[in-house]
Amino acid sequence: MRWLAQPLLTVDHLSMRFGGLVAVNDLSFTVGRGDITALIGPNGAGKTTVFNCITGFYKPTSGRLALAHGGTVAPKAVDALTRSDQRRTHGATPELFLLERMPDHAIASEARVARTFQNIRLFAGMTVLENLIVAQHKTLMKASGFSLGGLLGLSKYRAAERKAFELAKAWLEVVGLIDRADDPAGDLPYGAQRRLEIARAMCTNPVLLCLDEPAAGLNNKESAELTRLLRGIREQTGVSILLIEHDMSVVMDISDHVVVIEYGVKIADDTAASVKNDPKVIAAYLGVDDDEVALSTGGGPP
Amino acid sequence: MGKAGDAFKSALLAALVTLGLAFPIVALRTDTNLSNQLVLTERWGLTFILAAVVGAGVFLLTLVRPVLAARATPKVSSRTAAPPHPFRRYLPRIGLALLIAFPLIASGIAAAGGPGALKLLDNYGIQILTYVLLGWGLNIVVGLAGLLDLGYVAFYAVGAYSSALLTKTFGLSFWLALPLAGILAAFWGLLIGFPVLRLRGDYLAIVTLAFAEIVRLVLINWVPVTGGYAGLSSIPKPTLFGYSLGSEPGGIPSLIGLPPSPVYRLAFMYYLLLALALFTYWVTQKLRSLPVGRAWEAMREDEIACRSLGINTVTTKLSAFATGAFFGGLAGAFFSAHQSFVSPKSFEFMESAVIVAIVVLGGLGSAVGVAIAAVVMIGGTELLRELDALKAVFGNDFDPAQYRMLLFGLAMVLLMIWRPKGLISTREPTVRLKPQPARGAPSFPSAAE
Repeated sequence: MRWLAQPLLTVDHLSMRFGGLVAVNDLSFTVGRGDITALIGPNGAGKTTVFNCITGFYKPTSGRLALAHGGTVAPKAVDALTRSDQRRTHGATPELFLLERMPDHAIASEARVARTFQNIRLFAGMTVLENLIVAQHKTLMKASGFSLGGLLGLSKYRAAERKAFELAKAWLEVVGLIDRADDPAGDLPYGAQRRLEIARAMCTNPVLLCLDEPAAGLNNKESAELTRLLRGIREQTGVSILLIEHDMSVVMDISDHVVVIEYGVKIADDTAASVKNDPKVIAAYLGVDDDEVALSTGGGPP
Repeated sequence: MGKAGDAFKSALLAALVTLGLAFPIVALRTDTNLSNQLVLTERWGLTFILAAVVGAGVFLLTLVRPVLAARATPKVSSRTAAPPHPFRRYLPRIGLALLIAFPLIASGIAAAGGPGALKLLDNYGIQILTYVLLGWGLNIVVGLAGLLDLGYVAFYAVGAYSSALLTKTFGLSFWLALPLAGILAAFWGLLIGFPVLRLRGDYLAIVTLAFAEIVRLVLINWVPVTGGYAGLSSIPKPTLFGYSLGSEPGGIPSLIGLPPSPVYRLAFMYYLLLALALFTYWVTQKLRSLPVGRAWEAMREDEIACRSLGINTVTTKLSAFATGAFFGGLAGAFFSAHQSFVSPKSFEFMESAVIVAIVVLGGLGSAVGVAIAAVVMIGGTELLRELDALKAVFGNDFDPAQYRMLLFGLAMVLLMIWRPKGLISTREPTVRLKPQPARGAPSFPSAAE
């Protein structure tokens, strides 16, 4: 139950409306520090909308998304920040961020939340290596003195570029794409593109990695490889992972914590094993009459 | 039967099809005779000639095509397998040497009885280089950042007018006005950047187009400052350390004892422009491998992915607009100093269109491609003015200058069919994991001792 004791991200009463359509309705859950958390639900349940709210691509209609770096923050401190008009604390440990107040690029660069996309979004015309270097934009931009120092060829920038290059190389080794480093990213096969997108997200040095259906379109062997990769990332770097996934074998295999939503409302929130047997979850996935659900939740499993 | 037989068969088929097609539209023709009656004219001879021509054409094509294909294939494979010809390695240096020696070459051609050195320097050297400079500037916005800007001429105009006003009205030296014109143009780049941040593709193109028109209309109507249609004239010519470059007494040429000639000033302007162009090239190539340049290219590929990686697309777009506009401003400042006259006539939409065409034909993002495209397009149209030899073919009434734009358009269409992604469509990565094998230096296995 690390997600209750040591939350990294606390989603509080999150709602997202598009005109009259309520995509996410008063959703609350937490993502534990160092956990692999899965967000699952039937098609159209609002999973990707939640992702887009967390990563700043949508501005939530209401709700709070509090992310803490390097330790657990007392609820009082979160409330204090919420009352102020600030979007983050400065110089405090643990550092606190209110994601709903931040623009998408600041969520990536300051709050260090990285993401991948359901339909892969690589820089197809650039090489595999360049994709990973672009991901380190913030560090490199600073080192280049916002381009002026880099234009003059200062050694500080060259050192930073060297380091970025080494980090990119290390991730290419991890995802097994080192041999294709100089090829355009768009030329890679599908599975490799998925792995590259994860490597690119990791190059931003995140604390939370959000993966939108990382196993979509992968065959069994590739799914197994992906599971290994995600486990390795968690163990080696300590990054917390939040993923949306339809492939239940992947979800049940690697998740410490599963949050199930349906029609924008949370219906279950527990360990993988107990969610698997939750009658509401089974009903949501298999489709059961309403009275049967009422019966089974009311009277418990027969 | 063999190949010739097959060719004959397809030729016969083609001729028959032509005959069928031509029957209703060529063979039978209706005319009105003198008493306004419709009469049917039969033109069987013409029809058969047409069919015969098509048949012969198909026959020849079928025979020749496999031969051509067989010839082309080994060519391609040798291009990829063998190390590049040493010539390619030295090409940039040869090009640079030619560019530096161009005024001398022009004088040589003039001395040998060709067209005058002034004309060569001005119409070819300076004009082509101006478009190379403009093309490289726009290449940052369109080629690297992927923002289609159809109003680039606005920045050229801002640079030209601000440099003209700074030197003429405020009496500033050209050397101070040059960077200031660039900075002012960059400022206007930011200004246009702000309202169009949310726009992409076609919408952006339309707004930039409108922006260029606004700038032009302001230049026309703000008469007290810009002089309206009449423009600004007698803009001071640049000097070198306070010395004039003209042939009047006291100018540098007369001080070092050269015979009076207007060529020196022109040669000086040529070298100034060459320096500006090389500076632009250097900055652009350097920026490409800096984070900001990589962010531009990444933004061209996928803006949403950029934002997910913490790249602020607002500042990235603005920096692309401002940097591109800066070089447009430099070109404008040069233009006004060179012509010592500016008027709104020089900054019409056609200019923007030509610059965009150069960038697209050259291959988006490729500096060398843009330079080649500028030489071909601008040099080509200038050359077409002088094709008096065509008069021998088309008769004395033929004026090649009249057909200039027609041929220009035709060349563009053909180029786009032949090379839909521009002259140079391969993108050179900004960083490589494995160092490329040294160009043009084939390593032979050392002989056994």
